[in-house]
Amino acid sequence: MPDIVFILLIFFMVTTVLKKIKLKVHINYPKAKNIEKIEQKRLISYIYVGPRRLGAGKYGKTQIQIDNAIVDMNDISSIESNKLNQQPKLIVSIRMDKNTHTGVLIDIQKQLQDAGALRINYSSKPENSGGSSSSSM
Amino acid sequence: MLIDKRDRDSAEIPGSSLADIAFLLLIFFLLVTTINVDTGIGLVLPPKPKPNQSPPKIKKRNLMDILVNAQGQVLINNKPTPMNQIKKKVKNFINNKGKNPHLSVSPKKAVVSIKTARQTMYNTYISMFDQVVGAYKELRNAASQARFGKNYDALPDGSAAQKKIQKLYPKQISIAKPENND
Repeated sequence: MPDIVFILLIFFMVTTVLKKIKLKVHINYPKAKNIEKIEQKRLISYIYVGPRRLGAGKYGKTQIQIDNAIVDMNDISSIESNKLNQQPKLIVSIRMDKNTHTGVLIDIQKQLQDAGALRINYSSKPENSGGSSSSSM
Repeated sequence: MLIDKRDRDSAEIPGSSLADIAFLLLIFFLLVTTINVDTGIGLVLPPKPKPNQSPPKIKKRNLMDILVNAQGQVLINNKPTPMNQIKKKVKNFINNKGKNPHLSVSPKKAVVSIKTARQTMYNTYISMFDQVVGAYKELRNAASQARFGKNYDALPDGSAAQKKIQKLYPKQISIAKPENND
């Protein structure tokens, strides 16, 4: 009996995915070499930007998601200033799809400046070694 | 019939080692699992400018203008620059220390101004940003190696050594508003 319980435990450990947020937008992270890790995860607030997921592999217009909701560009400022009040050391991590136009980013940054949330992070994944990067420096 | 029954009696799963196997599996997954760490390029935005505040005046030689246009080209001081040259150019610019009259006076005064057109792909923007950040990283590492014998990242957080390097090569990246004529 204890063995069965043990196996069940492991089964659930392996299958469980810790994820609170369901992404409503599709994000394909850009790759970069000179990235840093963010150690303090609880300081981070995410802004997701990407084409809206419509299901069945279809994508709509570029939209912005904060926490679990799609938000309007003009609301970002008030949302982030609320978050900043709760967490003065807030880091805003911008998780943006790599095929999005930077115009959205510029608008978001302006909103963040209005909110006073100045520490930001362009979320990007490590570039795998090799490939096309051949700089010797 | 009788023979069959005797056979069935001996059929039993050996269960004594199951706990051990389970334990090994547990340890295996404990070691293999990586909780995905957030990675990215960090930066600090400039505070919101006050309504009647003129932008700080910077001498032309201390300012490096990087513009990514809608075609995905990177222009440094209006000259198209291939992606793999950016880091070198930025490093030369920052670390000029007054030698070349067209480049910065000192690393402390050097400002890299980044502009992007609204139609630029985020991917291109990040690649460019990556190069600029890489230039600072290499300069800081070099200074840190020369002084303390280890890389900048290896210096303890908040230590005097780290602050010294930060002071030597402050990351002065300005994110300017895009030009409207695009």
